Amino acid sequence: MLDVKTLAMIGRGIIETLYMVIVSTVCAYAIGLPIGLILVITDKDGIRPCPIVNKVLGFIVNLLRSVPFVILMISVTPITRKIVGTTLGTSATIVPLVIASAPYIARLVESSIKEVDPGIIEAARAMGTGTFKLIYKVLIPEAKPSLIVGGAIAITTILGYSAMSGFIGGGGLGDIAVRYGYYRSESDILAVTVAVLIIIVQGFQELGMRLAKRSDKRV
Amino acid sequence: MDKSEPIISLRGVTKVFNTENSEVDALIDIDLDIYQGEIYGIIGQSGAGKSTLVRCMNFLERPTKGTVIFNGQNLADLSLRELLKVRQSIGMIFQQFNLLMQRTVLKNVCYPLEIAGVPKKEAEKRAVELLEMVGLSDKINAYPAQLSGGQKQRVAIARAIATKPKVLLCDEATSALDPMTTRSILELLKDINQKFGITIVIITHEMDVIEAICDKVAILENGRIVERGKVEDVFVNPKSEAGKRLVFKSDEQFSEFGSEKVYRIVFNGQSAFEPIISNMVAKFKAPVNILFANIKNIGGKAFGQMLIQLPEDKILTKQMLRYLEERSVKYEEVTQDA
Repeated sequence: MLDVKTLAMIGRGIIETLYMVIVSTVCAYAIGLPIGLILVITDKDGIRPCPIVNKVLGFIVNLLRSVPFVILMISVTPITRKIVGTTLGTSATIVPLVIASAPYIARLVESSIKEVDPGIIEAARAMGTGTFKLIYKVLIPEAKPSLIVGGAIAITTILGYSAMSGFIGGGGLGDIAVRYGYYRSESDILAVTVAVLIIIVQGFQELGMRLAKRSDKRV
Repeated sequence: MDKSEPIISLRGVTKVFNTENSEVDALIDIDLDIYQGEIYGIIGQSGAGKSTLVRCMNFLERPTKGTVIFNGQNLADLSLRELLKVRQSIGMIFQQFNLLMQRTVLKNVCYPLEIAGVPKKEAEKRAVELLEMVGLSDKINAYPAQLSGGQKQRVAIARAIATKPKVLLCDEATSALDPMTTRSILELLKDINQKFGITIVIITHEMDVIEAICDKVAILENGRIVERGKVEDVFVNPKSEAGKRLVFKSDEQFSEFGSEKVYRIVFNGQSAFEPIISNMVAKFKAPVNILFANIKNIGGKAFGQMLIQLPEDKILTKQMLRYLEERSVKYEEVTQDA
């Protein structure tokens, strides 16, 4: 039942889950953000149209996005073993999480950046802004509220993926839910993990929305 | 720079846009010279190619054919880096203001200075000065969303001239503003032109804007310049169909006046204090029907036009016209078959 030992285990599960999710999100953004920006810039209406780069990148993103996470998770195990040295545990789960969510984040970033008023971009170009400065002085700051909302969506999606990884020996709350809730039918532990997951998702979503609202000066 | 050499010179500029299944000629063989210190108006209806034309001047649009010379440099010969440098000496303002929405007013004005590599302190000092000049010292820390249209355009103007450009391009800069605000923005532009000697190019579809501040005007229709010259000349005696349409505002206005003779008389700096028309009526004891009038009093002088219907009596009409001639009021008969 819910004794001290179980609670300690759930506590450890929460920390592991947060660790997996946060590290994965940061790594996935490190890959997805530049890809998203390149997708916008090389678009045929972008500031540096380049159809070949755009098409190839778009294809790779769609390809990875169309593989269900459970399948992707299994098929990247050789890569995981190369990088982390093992395919089990919390750190090992980060690899498939990043591979699965980076393309998703690229699309989120792409759609946020595309919301920036083309008139503002034109004005910035008319003032002699080069591509690089346009990205970090105009596109990202102007899209910031939308990027933050996208961040909240991304982090909750990654949380969902991380729970799934419990099936192939990933750590965290997903692992607990699978082992105790599924294999041993201890429904009270399952209920607690589900409740905790709901609270975490709500927390991230709420935090993201508040940050976005506070950072938006367009009121 | 020598006054005899234009600051912007377009030769044979043609722009073709390729759409899905057709080609659209936005500009056809445009030659245009704009000299230092001028306020040059380019007028035309929507779709005439005005916006494309002004964007060719800073190469936001690259012409399909032809050359654009800015300050002695052929823009097509420049590397990207050089082109960016040139753009810093060409300010631009827009119909929709296009301010950075996530930056304060002050930071918006600082933006072009940041791009030009001006140190932050210096940039902020200059931005404060500029905002004072456009009358927004109290809005420095506001965000654009908190400003009215006219205030936004003032910020945009301050931003556009922050890097001390040689030319300021205005793309329908007053089209989203009400008439009063339009007037105040036009006054500000005139001020800037006189104070700093910045050449101003104004794109508009409104003749009022041209009349208010431009020295010269070019009329654009279907991608071609159909008429150009000093504003007074084009205004008094428009030669092209498009010119006549713009000056008369619309064809319908006089088509409804039957077959009687209608004259357009133009006031071009006569004393506003002499009531010419009412004196004429008093002298000839004959009624004159005023169909349309748009007269402005600028510095005690009358500028504008009036459509009048004279009596059917031919001799009387002749005498009245002579009366107008003597007072150097120009007139022309308006044809009815509009």
